[in-house]
Amino acid sequence: MKNFLFFILITCVYSCMVVGTTRAATIHVGKQHAISSIIRAIAKAKNGDTIMVHGGLYQEENILITKSLSLIGIDHPVIDAQKKHESVSIEANHVTIKGFTIKNSGHSSIKDIAAIKVYNGRHVSIQNNILDNNFFGIYLQNAKNCHIENNRLKTYGETERLVGNGIHAWKSDSITILNNEIAGHRDGIYLEFVTHTQVDRNVAQNNLRYGLHFMFSHDNQYHYNTFKANGAGVAVMYTQRVRMEHNIFEENWGDATYGLLLKDITDSHIQHNTFVRNTTGIFMEGSNRVQIQQNSFENNGWAIKIFTSCMHNTLSRNTFIQNTFDVATNGGKMTNTFTGNYWDNYEGYDLNKDGIGDVPHHPVSLFSMLVERYPAAMLLFRSFMVTLFDRSEKMIPSLTPENLKDEEPLMKPAT
Amino acid sequence: MNNKIIKYVISDLLRNRTILFYTLVLLALSLSIFLMEDNTDKGIASMLQLVLFVVPLVCIVFSTIYLYNSTEFIALLVSQPLKRQRIWLSIFIGLAVAMAFAFFVGVGIPTFIFAYSLSGVTLVIGGLLLSLIFVSIAMWTAVRIRDKSKGIGLAIILWLYFALIFDAMLLFILFQFADYPIEKMMIAVSMLNPIDISRILILLEIDLSAMMGYTGAIFRDFFGTHIGMLITWLVMFLWTALPLLFATRYFKKKDL
Repeated sequence: MKNFLFFILITCVYSCMVVGTTRAATIHVGKQHAISSIIRAIAKAKNGDTIMVHGGLYQEENILITKSLSLIGIDHPVIDAQKKHESVSIEANHVTIKGFTIKNSGHSSIKDIAAIKVYNGRHVSIQNNILDNNFFGIYLQNAKNCHIENNRLKTYGETERLVGNGIHAWKSDSITILNNEIAGHRDGIYLEFVTHTQVDRNVAQNNLRYGLHFMFSHDNQYHYNTFKANGAGVAVMYTQRVRMEHNIFEENWGDATYGLLLKDITDSHIQHNTFVRNTTGIFMEGSNRVQIQQNSFENNGWAIKIFTSCMHNTLSRNTFIQNTFDVATNGGKMTNTFTGNYWDNYEGYDLNKDGIGDVPHHPVSLFSMLVERYPAAMLLFRSFMVTLFDRSEKMIPSLTPENLKDEEPLMKPAT
Repeated sequence: MNNKIIKYVISDLLRNRTILFYTLVLLALSLSIFLMEDNTDKGIASMLQLVLFVVPLVCIVFSTIYLYNSTEFIALLVSQPLKRQRIWLSIFIGLAVAMAFAFFVGVGIPTFIFAYSLSGVTLVIGGLLLSLIFVSIAMWTAVRIRDKSKGIGLAIILWLYFALIFDAMLLFILFQFADYPIEKMMIAVSMLNPIDISRILILLEIDLSAMMGYTGAIFRDFFGTHIGMLITWLVMFLWTALPLLFATRYFKKKDL
């Protein structure tokens, strides 16, 4: 009897659970279906429902989601905001937006209008969308545990004022940003007060300002991203404990353009990155205790510009090949350590054949100091006169920082 | 111009041991640079030093010496029913072709084999033009100064001026006037030195990333445009033509 009662209880619990799951309905939206408006479908739906939106053009008002819904686009339905308003706003937790094409969001100089904007959401997932010609792309505001993957963002503004950022997150935590492609926006990825975030395998190119831009965003990780030909490269500021690994910084050309600008970055790791054909590979200011290791610098104008406001950084096992200048600095005192790097213009020898040069290498040339002070002197670069100056300075260093040297330069690039 | 004289001068020069030596030294240096350096852009950078330093020196000094040594031959030619202008220009063409040929064999061919790129082509064209320019300058010094030792001395001083002193002066001006916007003026001043023009043209190829910076942008705005390039090549042409023109005019009236 006791067993029988228990059996009934179990059955009740199970049937309740089954009923619970079947209650999560699926609503179809499209020309061939009863509901042809996404807004009306949302109004009908309950928490946990799935809305399947079939291909077609949807020109509606602002789509506001205040319930935990999954919006899934089939054959990339187009949500066109006709440059009037925000396309999709999410003010709920556990929302999924997948497989849409969202275009022509409104523009505003007061409000940050975005194609998809998340207000205070938890567990929001935005995947496989194409965002075209929007002001801001994906905007997270006070969000947590969100997931942004496989989106393609593109916009066509002429000046920085007229376009917003691609993926913009503010005051958020534990966000995952994976495999997105961002082009033509102001900043590709912009993070402010965002912590414990993973930014992996994104491609940001031809954005008007920075490919990646973050401030006060501690404990974040950036892996395998590509930042190419952005207006001002990548700039990261006022942040602690950042890990940047296996990223590619490429063709960021211009006066105030840097492959990677580090301003007040502390206790961070920058490793295994590749810097190719940038005007300045890494520009460091006020950054302390950063480990810059095993990066490769090729064909840059200046591989590293390190200001004297940087202290106790370690640069080791990096590879410097065919840069116009390897290291430039603005003063004499230096508390940073350069050790075990490979310099292609190292002229020393290795008598005991241990792979480490026997004479220290001074990577800062006199001319790079001169160019720092008199930029126009660049016109005389590679002149015989200048080579002569550089040679004599190497013999008797007077202007170049005496203690900025690599005591153990590698004879071959580190692998 | 007289074909016979040109032919004679060229065949005389190609049999000249100095020219042969010059060609072989250039060839040996370029081959060793390209074979030791696996990065072609770095190879071009080393070649640049060689081309900007050695080519003007050899061209101006050798041409001056050759002209002084053929004073009697020139006097003989003048006694023939030939126009002086034709004689002089024929000698110039002979010298220019021989020097350019030596340069092309010594530097041009290895560069085309090992570093056939825009920077390589710029290097070869720059070197060829420098050969012509310094032959042309030598023609002028040789015709103006009768005394051989003085003439050769002047040739060496001129080379020193173009290769070293000019840049030192430019650097000095730069330091003195660093507070003023002198970038555009720097471009104008650098036009006064053919070695600098060649150097900057190659610099814009091999140090492209650095040239995209602040001042680089100003230079790029000039050299990167069609008009800028046109002006640059025009200036290089003037550097060949003007000394030759002055030399020819002087030679026509010269009392031999």
